[in-house]
Amino acid sequence: MPVRVQAEDFDLSTEVARLRAGDARVGAVAAFVGLVRDMNEGECISAMTLEHYPGMTEKALAAIVAEARARWALFDALVIHRVGPLKPMDQIVLVAVTSAHRGAAFAACEFIMDYLKTRAPFWKREETPGGGRWVDAREGDERAAARWQDRAGPGPADS
Amino acid sequence: MSVRILYFASLRERLGLSEEILELPAGLGCVGELRDWLVGQGRAALGQLPNLRCAVNQEMASAADPVRDGDEVAFFPPVTGG
Repeated sequence: MPVRVQAEDFDLSTEVARLRAGDARVGAVAAFVGLVRDMNEGECISAMTLEHYPGMTEKALAAIVAEARARWALFDALVIHRVGPLKPMDQIVLVAVTSAHRGAAFAACEFIMDYLKTRAPFWKREETPGGGRWVDAREGDERAAARWQDRAGPGPADS
Repeated sequence: MSVRILYFASLRERLGLSEEILELPAGLGCVGELRDWLVGQGRAALGQLPNLRCAVNQEMASAADPVRDGDEVAFFPPVTGG
């Protein structure tokens, strides 16, 4: 199952080992782990809650993974995104991909994260000393996703 | 026609409502018209949120996309996962 939305934590080593198990074609694994920070927009964050749109979330993530697999020669890909209450230093998201060479692995991992940030229906609510607040979307995230629209196919580093 | 409407995150909080099933008047053809009609029905927050996003049947949609009988339409602020 390449996409999981869950309240439970995950273990990077276990997931990467499972992703590449028994596949001797794999020459590169790229993995990204997103974490809860204790500061955002100048305020201390004591806790965070992640809301999502059950059903659409899984479909949106699966579509993003399918698009990455169409653009790059990947052997496998995994996205785990947590929902519910989280604390600073907790893991939020894991994206991991396997391929023959690092170029495809790095690019696909970054692509999946950039698209997830702008297309998957998750919303963060932070607890600060002044009370709870919904996190505003960043323009930089839209720009990061938009730059892939002109970059079809493999990146410059193929080996 | 009847549609199921979902609200998420700050919009859900401001409306005090996560979901409703509504019978729509004849002539409502697209998501933008549905949004305007809902504002007129007292869901004022739908008209106040900058960059309101929507989905029809769990696919991202735009204001011009059609709404049909039995659809699931969701309104929400820009996403902030990851």
